[in-house]
Amino acid sequence: MFLNLDKVTKVFKTGTFGGQDLHAVEDVDFGLTEGEFVSLIGESGSGKSTIGRMILRLTSVTSGVIEYRGKDISEFRRQSLKDYYRQVQGVFQEPFSAYNPIFKADRVFRNVKDEFFPEMDNGRWQDKVQDSLGAVGLNPDQVLGNYPHQLSGGQLQRFLIARALLLDIDFLVADEIISMLDASTRIDVLNLLADLKEREGLSILFITHDLSLGYYISERAMILYSGRILEKGVTEKIFRNPLHPYTKLLMASVPRIDKKWEEVEAELEEKQSDIDSGCVYRDRCSFQEKCKQCEEARPELREVEENHYVACHAQEED
Amino acid sequence: MEPPQSKEKNEFFYFALRNNKLVIGLIVVFFFLVFAIIGPFLTEHDLNERAGPRNQPPSAEYWFGTTTFGQDVFTQFVYGLRAAFIVGLVGGGLATIVGMMVGFFAGYHGGMVDELLNMLTNTVITIPKLAVLLVIAAYLTVRGVIHESIVIGLWSWPWAARAVRSQTFSLKSRNFIDMARMTGMSSMKIIWTEIAPNMMSYLFMTFVLQFGGAVLAAATLDFIGLGPTEGISLGLMMQHSFNWSAIQLGIWWWFVPPGAALALLVGAMYLMNVGLDEVFNPKLRER
Amino acid sequence: MALKTDDLRVYYQTLKGDVKALDGASFTLEDGEIMGLAGESGCGKSTLAKSLILLKPPMKYVEGRVRLDGEELPIWDDEKMNSFRYKNVSIIPQYAMNAMNPTRKIGKMVKELLKSRGISPGEKRDELEHRLDLVDLTRDVLSMYPIELSGGMKQRMVMVISSLLDPSLLMADEITSALDVSTQKAVSEMLVEFRDKDFIKSLIFITHDISILYQIADSITVMYAGKLVERAPTEEITGRPLHPYTKLLISSLPKIGAKYTEEKLEGIPGKPPELLEPPEGCRFKNRCPKKEEECDEEPPFREVSPGHKVACWKVKKDVS
Repeated sequence: MFLNLDKVTKVFKTGTFGGQDLHAVEDVDFGLTEGEFVSLIGESGSGKSTIGRMILRLTSVTSGVIEYRGKDISEFRRQSLKDYYRQVQGVFQEPFSAYNPIFKADRVFRNVKDEFFPEMDNGRWQDKVQDSLGAVGLNPDQVLGNYPHQLSGGQLQRFLIARALLLDIDFLVADEIISMLDASTRIDVLNLLADLKEREGLSILFITHDLSLGYYISERAMILYSGRILEKGVTEKIFRNPLHPYTKLLMASVPRIDKKWEEVEAELEEKQSDIDSGCVYRDRCSFQEKCKQCEEARPELREVEENHYVACHAQEED
Repeated sequence: MEPPQSKEKNEFFYFALRNNKLVIGLIVVFFFLVFAIIGPFLTEHDLNERAGPRNQPPSAEYWFGTTTFGQDVFTQFVYGLRAAFIVGLVGGGLATIVGMMVGFFAGYHGGMVDELLNMLTNTVITIPKLAVLLVIAAYLTVRGVIHESIVIGLWSWPWAARAVRSQTFSLKSRNFIDMARMTGMSSMKIIWTEIAPNMMSYLFMTFVLQFGGAVLAAATLDFIGLGPTEGISLGLMMQHSFNWSAIQLGIWWWFVPPGAALALLVGAMYLMNVGLDEVFNPKLRER
Repeated sequence: MALKTDDLRVYYQTLKGDVKALDGASFTLEDGEIMGLAGESGCGKSTLAKSLILLKPPMKYVEGRVRLDGEELPIWDDEKMNSFRYKNVSIIPQYAMNAMNPTRKIGKMVKELLKSRGISPGEKRDELEHRLDLVDLTRDVLSMYPIELSGGMKQRMVMVISSLLDPSLLMADEITSALDVSTQKAVSEMLVEFRDKDFIKSLIFITHDISILYQIADSITVMYAGKLVERAPTEEITGRPLHPYTKLLISSLPKIGAKYTEEKLEGIPGKPPELLEPPEGCRFKNRCPKKEEECDEEPPFREVSPGHKVACWKVKKDVS
């Protein structure tokens, strides 16, 4: 595994005197192999962005370990942290706030040069910038020298991906990077990510709330709810045969243009399977009455078929 | 307006020089500054020397007239202007710098650092400036403008610190700070290159307020006899004119120059601030 | 018919000139119809909705007529419109979550609103409670402050308030885009229920997400750069889109079961024109794969088959 999360937990202190604990992420385990494209799917408040930020060392881990190429990332300091960022980068949801509004957009490139390539001469650096802009399908003449508010959301997101490519990264955390974009540009950015994976062998953690996007693009998927992974596995398997009731609910809620909501619900009901509790999902779970354990024990993630895991007591009973 | 195709710094000047507010403000401040620097060389009188007849209106010989004691108002004015710049720059500058430092670190680091710095800020706010000055006045029998400026500066930073802290706090949560962190930049560098430039006009505004505040605070201190024991200031001039009933006697040339200079100076700084905001903020620039 | 607009033009005033955000919209909405209004950001869909209820500067009324239930809506006159708001036409704004006064308890706010419309709050009490039940809110919310409600709850509360006086026309402006998929679905279905229960006669549902419209709308209208480009019943427009823009828009939607490795989707190259000085003729021509000379002239928005209108020279009239 080149990236590995082991029992990663994040607790935020909330309440007036910091007396209450909010478990944003709880005992999350997963790994990524090199060149893999994995989706982390969850709704707002599920902890999906917190996981991304912990991997990027922007938020600290309360307990558990995140390892990159066998090294605990929390131990990185100065030079080793810089080396880490040379290989691992992130792009976030809101493209406009990723730019310092008083500087031109190119500033994000300049920062990369100053920090990572201080010795490179300007000519060579310019070539490198042109190359990476080309790689994300931007015309350097059109985008360089502009202020962020003069560029479109799609251009800004590509620009940030280009920034990451300047570093020869091998892992990218893409947190909801297309949810603010219009449908017509959305798909281009998504295709770009997939191309980069193919061409450069980039590993990508694609964080999204949209199942159809997750399906379109990723090899493996994880379904997150209230800080816990409820189901994970090969994308096709999860979509063809969603086992956790929450995954089913998500599947039934995605607006699609080929089937109406009622049809999807009916289909999923046919495939009905049973469930559990202690389970984070039990309050909203549609199968609650059928299972007593749910109140008592947290269901563990269990492999139900090859490369397809689900955390649901109902699945253990089979 | 098409900005020239050159480096960013030139672009700043390009827009700066085309902003009327900034240019007018600069001209006024520059005018007074020049006045304060070369003025003393234009007069042959001494500060408190009896230069001529009493209560003379402005004339070719006494440009700004004379006081009730026959002192030359022009001489007092130019030295007073000097003192005002010294108090404003040293006092206001010190308050701004200390306030900035404390505000940046408290806002950026948060947590314990924030708590401690907050405690310090609140402590300083609650110590009365007047009491400190009384103590200092008791120990220092000879006090100059510089001493006064430093004391004012060291006791005025908390307000600046609070303002800078809250601004830093809100900027810190923006994504571009995360982008900078993901280059492994040190937090000092992030504060200086990413956060501070965003607050340029804000910091300048703080400085303007502190500048004006320091000049006014000095005037107040002068009024109650805690000011410099030597020299003159615009505040002292106004105070003397008031004490000797210049208003009632119609000796306007005694109090109008210092009053007008104070108002114009602070007003010009404010105008510069509005102009700078437009220059720094590319969005405002386009309108 | 519930609503009829005729060549409605509403511009935005800026220092550089007028932005032609809504440049000639003519359509009719039947009683009981849910019309989906789709398009990219900046296409004028929100301008259309706002102009029907609160046309205030920098928006500027240019021309056009609007009739609601046979009566003319004086949209250019802010004061006269006041007697229509809430009672005849109402809106759930885009940032409904922030639309409520944070210092008022919700129940008090509702009372004030009713009084301002000359209705005694007691009269509507039962109806209000009934509708809260319908959107899954407990009655306790009336004694809470907006800050105590979650985003989804506020959204539903605003839905109840906007429709409490049974307006003939309700408009929902991008209300689902910030919501999670499961909440999106619940909110959309509630609005359909409002229509089914006759709280509202007709609904204009604005979103950039055509797949939600496919779920709930009876008809879909697509806008591009301030113009209506296509309008047809939902099944018709999703199954047989005619305008090149609609076609591209629909084909760029990721579908469940479509995978990058098997079926690569395409976006729409280029970007919409500046509306300060929009190009002559068809506004989509610069991005259109079918562009020809005649596109330099403005295409009429005409009916090509029953109920299906398109503004494109390349779409031939259905002869059959």
